[in-house]
Amino acid sequence: MNQSLSLPSWMLWLLGLFLLGFVLLAVYSVKRTNGIRRSFFASPYTLWMVLFTIVPCVLIAYYALTDANGAFTLDNFRNFWDSNYSVNQLYTQMGPEYEVLIQRGTVNIGILVYSLWMALLCTIICLVLGYPAAYFMADRNIKIGSILVVLFIIPMWMNFLLRTIAWMTLLEDQGLINTLLKSLGFHSVQLMYNDRAVLLGMVYNFLPFMVFPIYTSLTKMDSKLLEAAQDLGANHLHTFWRVTAPLSLPGVISGITMVFMPSVTTFFIPRILGGGNTMMFGDLIENRFLTEGNWNLGSALSLIMMVLILISLSVLRKADPEGEGGGMI
Amino acid sequence: MRNRLICTLLLLLVMVLPSAGLAEGVVNVFNWEDYISQDALDLFTEETGITVNYMNFTTNEDMLVKVRNSPSSFDVVFPSDYCIERMIHEDLLSPIDFANVPNLQYIDHNLLNPSYDPTGEYSVPYMWGTVGILYNTTLVASPVTSWSVLFDQQYQNNVFMMDSIRDCLGVALKYLGYSMNTRDPLELNAAKDLLIKQKKDGIVKAYQVDETKDKMVAGEAALALVWSGDAQYAIDLNPDLAYVVPDEGSNIWVDGMVIPKAAKNKANAELFIDFMSRPDVAQMNCNEIWYSTPNVAAIELMGDEYRDNLTMNPTQEIVDRCEFFLDIQDFIQIYNTMWLEIKSA
Amino acid sequence: MRKLVKRGYLALILLFLYIPIIVLILQSFNAGKSRAKWEGFSLQWYSELFKDQAIMKALYVTLSIAVIAAIAATVLGTLAAIGIHAMRKRPQAVMMTMTNLPMTMPDIVTGISLMILFTFSKIERGYITMLLAHITFNTPYVILSVLPKLKQMNKHTYEAALDLGASPSYALVHVILPEISPGVITGLLLAFTLSLDDFVISYFTTSPMVQNLSTLIYSKARIGIEPTLNALSALMFLALLVLLLIVNRRASNPAKAR
Repeated sequence: MNQSLSLPSWMLWLLGLFLLGFVLLAVYSVKRTNGIRRSFFASPYTLWMVLFTIVPCVLIAYYALTDANGAFTLDNFRNFWDSNYSVNQLYTQMGPEYEVLIQRGTVNIGILVYSLWMALLCTIICLVLGYPAAYFMADRNIKIGSILVVLFIIPMWMNFLLRTIAWMTLLEDQGLINTLLKSLGFHSVQLMYNDRAVLLGMVYNFLPFMVFPIYTSLTKMDSKLLEAAQDLGANHLHTFWRVTAPLSLPGVISGITMVFMPSVTTFFIPRILGGGNTMMFGDLIENRFLTEGNWNLGSALSLIMMVLILISLSVLRKADPEGEGGGMI
Repeated sequence: MRNRLICTLLLLLVMVLPSAGLAEGVVNVFNWEDYISQDALDLFTEETGITVNYMNFTTNEDMLVKVRNSPSSFDVVFPSDYCIERMIHEDLLSPIDFANVPNLQYIDHNLLNPSYDPTGEYSVPYMWGTVGILYNTTLVASPVTSWSVLFDQQYQNNVFMMDSIRDCLGVALKYLGYSMNTRDPLELNAAKDLLIKQKKDGIVKAYQVDETKDKMVAGEAALALVWSGDAQYAIDLNPDLAYVVPDEGSNIWVDGMVIPKAAKNKANAELFIDFMSRPDVAQMNCNEIWYSTPNVAAIELMGDEYRDNLTMNPTQEIVDRCEFFLDIQDFIQIYNTMWLEIKSA
Repeated sequence: MRKLVKRGYLALILLFLYIPIIVLILQSFNAGKSRAKWEGFSLQWYSELFKDQAIMKALYVTLSIAVIAAIAATVLGTLAAIGIHAMRKRPQAVMMTMTNLPMTMPDIVTGISLMILFTFSKIERGYITMLLAHITFNTPYVILSVLPKLKQMNKHTYEAALDLGASPSYALVHVILPEISPGVITGLLLAFTLSLDDFVISYFTTSPMVQNLSTLIYSKARIGIEPTLNALSALMFLALLVLLLIVNRRASNPAKAR
């Protein structure tokens, strides 16, 4: 039998209905003569998003709240808080001599805190390195600003995995930097397989996401404001703190968002540059799904991740009420 | 105009659905990284006209999840012993029709009804090997005989461990004098503590699997926990390296070829398994990946070069001190929890 | 002096961004397989690149998915943007939340949620599922690049066209589309690049049988990357550079500038 036709029949029906609705709506909205209902153009998209964004999210919530047999449970969240929760229950069942093993497990919380800490460090480093870069780029005295933007974009178009692996070539014990050091008569240093290497990889990958929004908000700024400030007697530093910095705040906030969010969930960089010695929250989620095959716990972790991100986003929104930010490139 | 649009959409629907199916002359093979000779695959296609879709996995655990989630994607899979046991238990495998695998006669008869596949219906042995220590003789003094070197402060930042749950915990258990298949949480906990201490002491440089062999060749670390074939590959490229199965004993394993129950091309899968069991093909694979072959006729073909190699052809004494991994069933939950504790320590 | 400091700083940052790329390109000309040792100049990896079935297949998957997903997302997204723009306040807010949601979701959660959807509904993962996933994460970006152009447009042009007897579909193609075309093109390009570069979502929505460049590189990264992949990325780098120069030339030509 042809395997792919063994889709459950309700899926086929759903797909068919979906396509039929798609066509009908498209025809209907184009055909309408009185033109008021232009909003119908959005209906294919609405259907699409319901099917591929809302339903999947609901499924994650479903798995997070059920056990392997599909019965409702909160154990996945208990397991998040105390990573030994299920195992402790097993020990209790096995007998009193194993009670010594019962203790609270801090694996998940530990990894979450570590990820947040690394993401925070990465964001701060990106901000410290990126702000001056964006500021200098936006400087009108430097005429090559637009070329610089292009120069910053080009690396992002190369596969980020390959770029990260190239760092490995540089950092290894027998890599380029150490070979160079040794030929100069220095001792070789351990550069890879630690937190610093992971941080370096993260900063390297996310720095442009900090530079662009700040750059955009700085170039949007009205240069007359600066002139006015200086006419009124403010010195450079003063102008910067009182005029430039506040006006570039939306860019900074959107930069922070764009660096912090992906940093928390990276899962490739720690494995390559950190040698699997450290785990970030992304690794943990991936591990639960693809190595342990524990969808329920994995879904619970994903859900927690999502909620955390939504909370931090709304906090950042507060700081930037217009919500426009520097925007994307 | 509009009719044409609808027709196109319907046509698209029809095209989309069966695209994954239509499988004449294809066999989907799911194997370990670096675990077969490309020439053997080419030869198979040349002789049978069947196209091989070749896919890789890194550890048994990754493989198992993938096969569970999309069982019909694969026609031949190469799991290890304890995983075959697990898969039989989960009813994921289909019995092999041995009438289509005449080359089974060349396989060592001692391996044909193994404990992991007691009826011998589900698997054909592909390769076997041991777990041991690969070390750089210029960096490690004296012949290594014990797992203790892996936990020795002297080799700080100089040890590659295997990013594989059973192998790492198994070695620690063995070093402590326990069985690799223990079902006693206290013993397991001691092994966990040992591995955490090893990591906290800064002895472990990295946890990895397939990267290790090339890095050992390059001299990135002094010691590594490896499978025998990877060791032989590395020794071939760097004569400073040596491989040992420590005195405390270790793991001996067999990787078999199995057919998932939902496989779409069972006949081709059997053809493939038979082909891989042919002596000359088994020899090709063995010369490429340096593991031990269960194929008696292939060993005849390779002669003394194979027989004299202790890594590939360990003595009976070494084999006797090793044990097979068994499926630990629901105990895996405890393993998983402890493993994450080690990895995030 | 101050100018020098500024330029020096920017040069340093750019050096940081380009070092690995330079290393990568140099490696692609290395005769040996080793990552760190230089063993002479050679073009062998370039010739092997075109013989490597796996890489060529992955390249085909990557490019075809990027093209199809970008076009599909652009059509879907442009229509949606026009629709959303015409909506009243409340439904508009709902739609915008739905559009922003996938953009704020971490890639890994998007990938996993789609993997769950496909497995749950017993759709085999592979080319089609990867394509669906790419369209899904691309579309919101298209909407967000088209919407600003719609806001800039004069509200009454469309109604005027209708009053003058144009059918809605005619008005759509001949009045609205030309006005928003810069946004549509930006969206298309954005979708194309996003899809080209995606790793995480592809990783979760495909099977080992169908690999794009990212997932292929990821599986190779474990064994030590092959120099052929370096050669491929050097070529892609060159292609992008040329493309960018052409675009820049066009953009600096005032007659053709947007």
